[in-house]
Amino acid sequence: MNKIKSFKIGGIHPNKYKISSDVAISDAGLPETVVIPVRQHIGAPAKVLVQKGDKVKVGTLLADLDGIVSADVHSSVSGEVLKIEDQEVSSGYFEKMITIKVEGDEWEEGIDRTPDIVRDIEASPDEIVKTLRESGIVGMGGAGFPTPIKVDIPEGKTADCVILNGIECEPYLTADDRLMQEYAEQIVIGARILNKALGIQKAIIAIDENKPAAIEALQKVTREYVGVNVQVCATKYPQGAEKQLIAAVTGREVPPGCLPIDVHCVVQNVGTAFAIYEAVQKHKPLFERIVTVSGDGVKHPQNFRVRVGTPASYLIDKVEKDGETGKIIFGGPMMGTAGINIDAPVTKITSGILLLKAETVVTPEVSPCIRCGTCVEVCPQGLEPFAITNFVRNGQYQEAKRIHVLDCIECGCCSYSCPARIPLLDYCKLAKYEIRKKK
Amino acid sequence: MLKVSTAPHIYSPTDTRTIMRDVIIALAPAGIVAIVLFGLNALITIATAVAGCVFFEYAACRYWLKTRPSTSDLSAVVTGILLAYNLPCNMPIWMVLIGCFVAIIVTKVAFGGIGKNLFNPALAGRVFLFVSFPVQMTTWVNPNWKDFLNVDVTTSATTLGILKHADKGTSFFELADKLPSYSDMFWGNIGGSMGEISAIALLLGLFWMLYRRVISWHIPTFYIGTFMLLNIVFWFLTGKATCEPLTQLLSGGLLLGAFFMATDYTTSPMSVGGKIIFAIGCGVLTFVIRQYGSYPEGVSFAILIMNAFVPLIDKMCHPRIFGTGRK
Amino acid sequence: MMMTSLIVYNVVILSAIAIVAAVVLYFTAKKFKVETNPLVDEIAAMLPQANCGACGSAGCQNFAARCATASADDFANLYCPVGGQKVMSKVAERLGYTAQEKERTCAVLHCNGTCQNAPDKVQYVGLKSCRLASRVFVGNTGCPNGCLRMGDCVRNCPFGALEINKVTGLPQVNPEKCTSCGACVRICPRGLFEIRPMGKDGVRVYVACNNTQKGAQARKNCKAACIGCMKCSKICPDVKVENNLSHIPASVSAEEFGEQLAANCPTGAIIFTGKKNEQN
Repeated sequence: MNKIKSFKIGGIHPNKYKISSDVAISDAGLPETVVIPVRQHIGAPAKVLVQKGDKVKVGTLLADLDGIVSADVHSSVSGEVLKIEDQEVSSGYFEKMITIKVEGDEWEEGIDRTPDIVRDIEASPDEIVKTLRESGIVGMGGAGFPTPIKVDIPEGKTADCVILNGIECEPYLTADDRLMQEYAEQIVIGARILNKALGIQKAIIAIDENKPAAIEALQKVTREYVGVNVQVCATKYPQGAEKQLIAAVTGREVPPGCLPIDVHCVVQNVGTAFAIYEAVQKHKPLFERIVTVSGDGVKHPQNFRVRVGTPASYLIDKVEKDGETGKIIFGGPMMGTAGINIDAPVTKITSGILLLKAETVVTPEVSPCIRCGTCVEVCPQGLEPFAITNFVRNGQYQEAKRIHVLDCIECGCCSYSCPARIPLLDYCKLAKYEIRKKK
Repeated sequence: MLKVSTAPHIYSPTDTRTIMRDVIIALAPAGIVAIVLFGLNALITIATAVAGCVFFEYAACRYWLKTRPSTSDLSAVVTGILLAYNLPCNMPIWMVLIGCFVAIIVTKVAFGGIGKNLFNPALAGRVFLFVSFPVQMTTWVNPNWKDFLNVDVTTSATTLGILKHADKGTSFFELADKLPSYSDMFWGNIGGSMGEISAIALLLGLFWMLYRRVISWHIPTFYIGTFMLLNIVFWFLTGKATCEPLTQLLSGGLLLGAFFMATDYTTSPMSVGGKIIFAIGCGVLTFVIRQYGSYPEGVSFAILIMNAFVPLIDKMCHPRIFGTGRK
Repeated sequence: MMMTSLIVYNVVILSAIAIVAAVVLYFTAKKFKVETNPLVDEIAAMLPQANCGACGSAGCQNFAARCATASADDFANLYCPVGGQKVMSKVAERLGYTAQEKERTCAVLHCNGTCQNAPDKVQYVGLKSCRLASRVFVGNTGCPNGCLRMGDCVRNCPFGALEINKVTGLPQVNPEKCTSCGACVRICPRGLFEIRPMGKDGVRVYVACNNTQKGAQARKNCKAACIGCMKCSKICPDVKVENNLSHIPASVSAEEFGEQLAANCPTGAIIFTGKKNEQN
C-alpha cells in the first residue's frame, strides 16, 4: 500500500457515526407515486416533454436539457403522468415537478438489465460525451454539476489525471462506501470510460482510511487495470472536498476562482463513475441512486437503491423512526440542508437522509468569542472566520471580501469546532450572499 | 416541532466550559504541591482568590454589563487559581481580594468581559499587588510539608533573588551552596509563589493541556527556547552567575508563565506565526528584565508587555490562503 | 559655567528640531491639501448627515456636491427623503432655486403573516438573519413569499423606525420616525417593503400580502393571505390582481375606497389605516 496522503491546511476529525457501513445495499422498491423534479442539478431546469395523462416507461425521457448547463431528466418508474405542477421541495420552496402514478415496472427497450459486467468500451470519446448528456448524468456527490461539461474540456486546457472521489468524509453517510464494496469493478470501468473520453491513461481512486473493505475490493480489481490506482487518504474532514482532494492526491492546489481542470485534473464522485458505467455500457440513464437513510432517530439504518422521485417519507417508513424526530437532514450532517418537508422526493444528488432525535438536536448557546484561534486552525482554505464574523456583524461586507471570504468552501469546520458555538459559517455565507448581490 | 438550521448539524464536544475545565485539571498538580508544602495558608489563599474572582465576575456581568453572567464557563475560576499561584502563600486575605478586583473588574470586565480583555487578568492582578504591596509580595515562606497549620513559618529569599543580589564578580559555583539543588527546584522544595515552585507539577499540567489539545506547543516551546538560548549564549560569553541556564529555567515563574499565562487564548495571537513572534518576544523580554532590570523576576512584565502587542501581531500574521502563496 | 552651556545646548537643539518639524509640516500640509468647494460644505451642513443613501447618492457629502453643481432642472430631480421638504427648501433657497413640492412617504410592509395568522410550523435555530434563513428554507411559517419575522430590517433601519411587534412578530413601521430612506426595501430578502405616500392624515390602503400561490395553497400557511378572489378589483377597477395577488396602486384614493376595500376582503389581507380604524 502506498503512502497515506492528506491535505495540509486545517481539517477536523468529527465522530464518524458510520453505523450503516456493514449494511448491504437493498432495493427500496416502488412507491405508489413518484414526484420527479425537473431541476435536480446546478443550472437551468429541463424542458418538460410529457403531458398529463401520458404513459411512460422506466427510462423514458421526461424533460430535455435547456441550455448548456442543464441535464436531461428520465422517468424512474413506469406508469401514468398525473400532474405537472409546482410542488414543495425539502426546503419548503416550490419547484416544478412531474408526478407519476406507478403501474408495474416496465423498462424502456435497450436497457441492459443483466448483472453481467461489460468490460470492453466500444464507444468513441464523442459518443461517450453524447451518451452522458442523453443519460442525464450529473455529479452525484452533492453539487449536481452536469458531468458532460466536466468531460468536455475547453480549448487550451489539458487534463492528465482522472480522480475518482471515494472519500465520504461526512459522518453517517455510507452510500459510496457500500457502492465501492459491492460494485468495485463497475466503478473502475467507469474510470476507464472517463479516461477514454479524455484521451488520457491515468486514473486515481481516492478512498479514506476508514473504509478498509472498499479499499480491499478496489485494490483487488485495479490490479487488472493498468493505469488505475487506489490512493488511500487520511480520515479527515473535508478530505472529500474537490480542492482538498486534489491537494491531497496530487499535491497541486487549485488557485482561488479556478477549476480543477486548471491543475489538469478531472474529479468525479465514485457514484457518478458507476452511473457513467451504467449509461455507457448498459444504456441505462440516471434514474436511481444509492441513498443512506441513517441517523440516531432511525431504528434500522439502511443503504437503499432508490428510484429518483421516491418521497423521503416512503424510505423513512422502511427504516422505522426511533422516538420523536427533531431534524431531517438531506445530505450529510456537516454540509447537508435541514428539510421541513418529509414528503420531498429523492433527487439525483441526495446522498443521504438523516433523522436526528429531538433530544439530540441541541440549540447551540452562543457565548462570546474567546479568541482561541480554533476556527483559523481548522479552516482548510486558510481563512480567518473570526475576523470575517466581526466584519459581518458590523455590516462591513467589503472588508470581509478583502480577507477572502469568497474563497470559503462552506465546509462548516469553523462552526463545528467553535467552543463558543458562534455560527461562523452562517456569517461567512451571509457575507458571500451580500457581496454577490452587490455585484 | 421540527427544527431547521444551517449546516453544520453536529458540533464538536469541546466548548468554552470544557476548555476551562481542562485548564483547571492541568493546574491541579501545582495546587496540590502548594497545599502540601505551604499548608493551610495556601489553601485559604487559593480559595479566596477563586471565590473573589467568581464573585466579581458574576456581579459585574449582572449589574454592570447587564449580560448573562459568564461565570458558568469557569473562566473566572481559572483566573482566580492563576492569580493565587502567582502570590506568596501568606498574603493577607484583603490583599488577595484587591488582586481579584483588579484582575476581573479592571482588566477583564472594563474591556468588555471574556474574550475582549487586552491583558492577562491574573498577571495584571499580580503586578498591581506587586507594585502596591512590595513587602508582602516578596516575603517567601519556606516550604515545610510537616507543618500544615503553619505554626512555624520561616522565610528566605528566592533563587532569583539570591542570584540578583549577589556581588557582581561572584561566580555561579561560589553561590551554589546558597542556592537550592536542581532536584529541589524540580520537585518544588523551594520558596516562591505558590504555583511556580514545582517544575514537575507544571510539566504534568502542560502535558495534559497538550494531550487535550487545549493549547498548541508553539508558545511554551518558543518562549522557553528563546529564553534558554539567550541564557546559554550569555553564560558562555560572560560566565555571569545570573546566566546559569538550568537555574534560570527551574526557578521563578518561567514555567508557570510559559505554560499557563502566555498561552491564554484571549491575550495571545491567533495564528501560528503570530504565536511564535509573541513567544520569542516574551523570551527576550524575560531574559532582559531578569538580567538587567531592577526586579529579579521578569515573566509577568514580559508577558504583559507582549500582550499589548497582540493586536498588532494579529494584524501582521495571517495564515496562507489555500491555492496561493499570499497571506 | 557648565550649567550655562548645558542650557544653551538644550535651547539650540530643541529650537532646531522645532524649525525642521515646522518646515516638514508646512510642506506636507501643502502637498496633501484637499480642495473643497465651500458651497458643498455649506449644503452638506444643512443635510441630516445620516449617510443612508436614500437619495441615490453615496452619502450626504456626495448629495451636496450634486446639488451644488445641478442646474435648476436637474435640481428638481434631487430630493432628500430623510430631510424632507424642510431641508430641500433650505437648500433650494441657498442655491436660488425653488424646491419641488413632494408628498411625504413612508414604508409599508406587504405581509400580514402574524404569529396568529401564520403560526410557526418549524423552529429555526441558526443565526437570526432573514437573508440567510430565506436561502436555507422557506421560513418558519411555510409561506415562500412572506415575512420571516427575524428582523434584518429592524437591525438595519438607520432611524429606529422599525421594531418587532411582540404580539404579531412582524416588524412595525413607525410613520413618525420613518424617513423613507429605503434601507428596509433593499435588505428584505422577500421584497416586502414599499415606500408609499403617507396619505392625508396618514390614511393609507394597501395589500398586506406578497404570496403568489393559488388561494388554497396560500391559505394553508396563512389565514390573512391574499387569495386573488378579485373582490377588490370589482370595488375599484384600478386595483389589479395578477398571479393570484392583488395590488392596490398608490393612486387609488384611500379616503374613497379604503374602508370598503378592507371591509370586503375575505381574508383581511387589505389594510386600511384611517380614522375609522383607530376608533375600532
